[in-house]
Amino acid sequence: MQLTQKHHEYWRKNLRITAVLLVVWFIVTFVEGWYARELNNFTFLGFPFGFYMSAQGSLIIYVVLIGIYAWYMNKLDRQYDVHEGEDA
Amino acid sequence: MSSTAPATFSHKSFNSQLKKYYGIYTGGFIAFVIALAIGEQLGMSRQWIGYWFLFATIALYACIGIISRTVDPAEYYVAGRRVPAFFNGMATGADWMSAASFIGMAGTLYLSGYDGLSFVMGWTGGYVLVALFLAPYLRKFGQFTIPDFLGARYGGNIVRSIGIFAAILCSFTYVVAQIYGVGIITSRFTGLEFGIGVFVGLAGILVCSFLGGMRAVTWTQVAQYIILIIAYLTPVVWLGIKHTGFPIPQFAYGVTLQKIGDLEKKFTADPKEQEARGLAKAAAAEASTALKDPVKAAADRRAALEQRLAKSKADNAPDHVQKSIQQALTNTPTDPDKAKEYWTARRNLGANANPPRKHAEPFPGATEQARDTARLNFLGIVFCMMFGTAALPHILMRYYTTPSVRQARTSVFWSLFFIFLLYFTAPCLAVLAKFDVYSNLVGSRFAELPAWAAAWRLVDPALLTITDLNFDGIVQLAEIAIGGDIIVLATPEIAGLPYVVSGLVAAGGLAAALSTADGLLLTIANALSHDLYYKMIDPDAATARRVTVSKVLLLVVAVIAAWVTSYKPGNILFLVGAAFSLAASAFFPALVLGIFWKRANKWGAITGMVAGLGVCMYYMSVTYPFFRDILGVTRPIAEYQWFGMNAISAGVFGVPVGIATIIIVSLLTREPAREVQELVEHVRYPNLAGDIDTRGT
Repeated sequence: MQLTQKHHEYWRKNLRITAVLLVVWFIVTFVEGWYARELNNFTFLGFPFGFYMSAQGSLIIYVVLIGIYAWYMNKLDRQYDVHEGEDA
Repeated sequence: MSSTAPATFSHKSFNSQLKKYYGIYTGGFIAFVIALAIGEQLGMSRQWIGYWFLFATIALYACIGIISRTVDPAEYYVAGRRVPAFFNGMATGADWMSAASFIGMAGTLYLSGYDGLSFVMGWTGGYVLVALFLAPYLRKFGQFTIPDFLGARYGGNIVRSIGIFAAILCSFTYVVAQIYGVGIITSRFTGLEFGIGVFVGLAGILVCSFLGGMRAVTWTQVAQYIILIIAYLTPVVWLGIKHTGFPIPQFAYGVTLQKIGDLEKKFTADPKEQEARGLAKAAAAEASTALKDPVKAAADRRAALEQRLAKSKADNAPDHVQKSIQQALTNTPTDPDKAKEYWTARRNLGANANPPRKHAEPFPGATEQARDTARLNFLGIVFCMMFGTAALPHILMRYYTTPSVRQARTSVFWSLFFIFLLYFTAPCLAVLAKFDVYSNLVGSRFAELPAWAAAWRLVDPALLTITDLNFDGIVQLAEIAIGGDIIVLATPEIAGLPYVVSGLVAAGGLAAALSTADGLLLTIANALSHDLYYKMIDPDAATARRVTVSKVLLLVVAVIAAWVTSYKPGNILFLVGAAFSLAASAFFPALVLGIFWKRANKWGAITGMVAGLGVCMYYMSVTYPFFRDILGVTRPIAEYQWFGMNAISAGVFGVPVGIATIIIVSLLTREPAREVQELVEHVRYPNLAGDIDTRGT
């Protein structure tokens, strides 16, 4: 089985979206956690912002990140003709 | 194309059929709860409500098990690979959320405020790693177990064996915690003995997984998810309306959090509270001494209280003060067992010697250095829980069951969505319950405690102890010692709901514990029957025989796990955390590099897995008291700690060591064979023309 140029391009795009989403994940997890004390000086929806992010904000972003990945990759599969059959 | 179902099978109509069935089921369950609520109004006893919830739900799970019975390997191991994304999401949610999540989490958040959020973040954010690094690729690979992938990718039985060992190690640690939870819940809500409770719960688990393997477990887990989420959200919504006037309190509890902040300031400055804090410290010290001879100490205390009562009568003290002393006298037990329980609970008052911790403040500490260490440990737990999530075999296995790679991706989305519903509620519940305690319980008279507090303090002093330390007849915050588990268990009563909702919560907790135990037992049995027996010992075994071996092993493992549980091994949160750190160190590097780096080879994987697991186990054994005692480690913990990291986060060191070892050793040894590189290409593309086939059936 020989991979074509198109296949390599598909994989590069996959790696790119993975990296981008991972950077966001890292920021809302570890950077947010590291600066939680400072973030608490701001208020958001009545919450101290650092608390809000760790209790809810970051969680919502995680759900969205996975949603974006699934949507983007499922679209990419079709574009690069590596998708599976219809009823699966 | 990658579906293994017969040609006539339509995923679309199967999906809509499932929606119909589970819709009817949800309606039926709500009707069942309403019927019991009416029964309660007509005078049904609490014990019977408890029995109904326990036996009806277990019977239901057993029925699903019987309907889904199978001897076909693809059905038994991966539910025929036709679980739609949405339902696999629910099943994963139930598989994932254990007794620790359902009952323990809100309590941890109540007690440790912001710092407890490390578990909330870790146990949700890990799914991002599952989605990006593992689920779609494992689905494309499409066999039965995680050691299967390691065996195929790296070749040879050594990697597979290490995989089997690690899978069993972390799953077994975890399953013991679940069976323990089952025992606690059944015994508390039905009055059955702990041992019998374990047995009844275990029977429910076994009927299900024994008869139908993954297929039965999947459909039961969906049913269990529905029960557990209804059970968790119902009382919180009620409590939320009470305190925030808004039916979705998750978005409105910021106001409540501010009020708690004001109350914390008030309590810190209040002279009565300061007095009570001093007395709490003294009472805890007294209790520590008293535990050497509980009965005599209790007798001494009774004598002192009698004197005090006589004096207050002579002084004509107010009525509620006299009553309070009388009550303290009544509560001081004379029988040996009770006396020991009593002093143990009083020793917990020592936590009240300090002013209340600020709920929303991250990483509190006396010095800058202590605060920095607290922050590192917070991030350490987040790290381990996340990477552990992306490495626990019983979760990853679930993504083998979807019909396609596309659905596997979507399924991770639904998984996290359904888990999110509970995890973003837990911090809210902790805050609402805390506000109730701070505003209604504190300041009430001992003679007229809120009904829930009066009831629960009699149930178990470890869950709730309230003692009038300064004998003013009024509850101060420093006089309350609370055990975390009470938060979820008592919420229905705090919110003023009928007992039927408490029964519902118990059923939810049971569903959470049973569903996780199901998934874990299946993982262990499959590692032994499929990976060890079929792949390594007898590759010619007939399919029916493989499934039978698996079923027998399931029974054996379940019995051993129940036997270990009967010893009531220590701290559940540590057990669970340890399982995550171990899984992260052993599996994550080898799995992810196996997919994303073609150059990773057999020797890299072998040394990397051993090194990661080794570092993790070493760190735990020299820094966790339980292991230190066994191994006779005597030098102080601090001498062994790296960066002040706690034992639970040992994976922080295991994961990077594992990754580095795989890379270095792989580069020093030979490149993997052409077929292996083809396998890697194969898993990277959902569908390739002229593709090799790695599917398990």
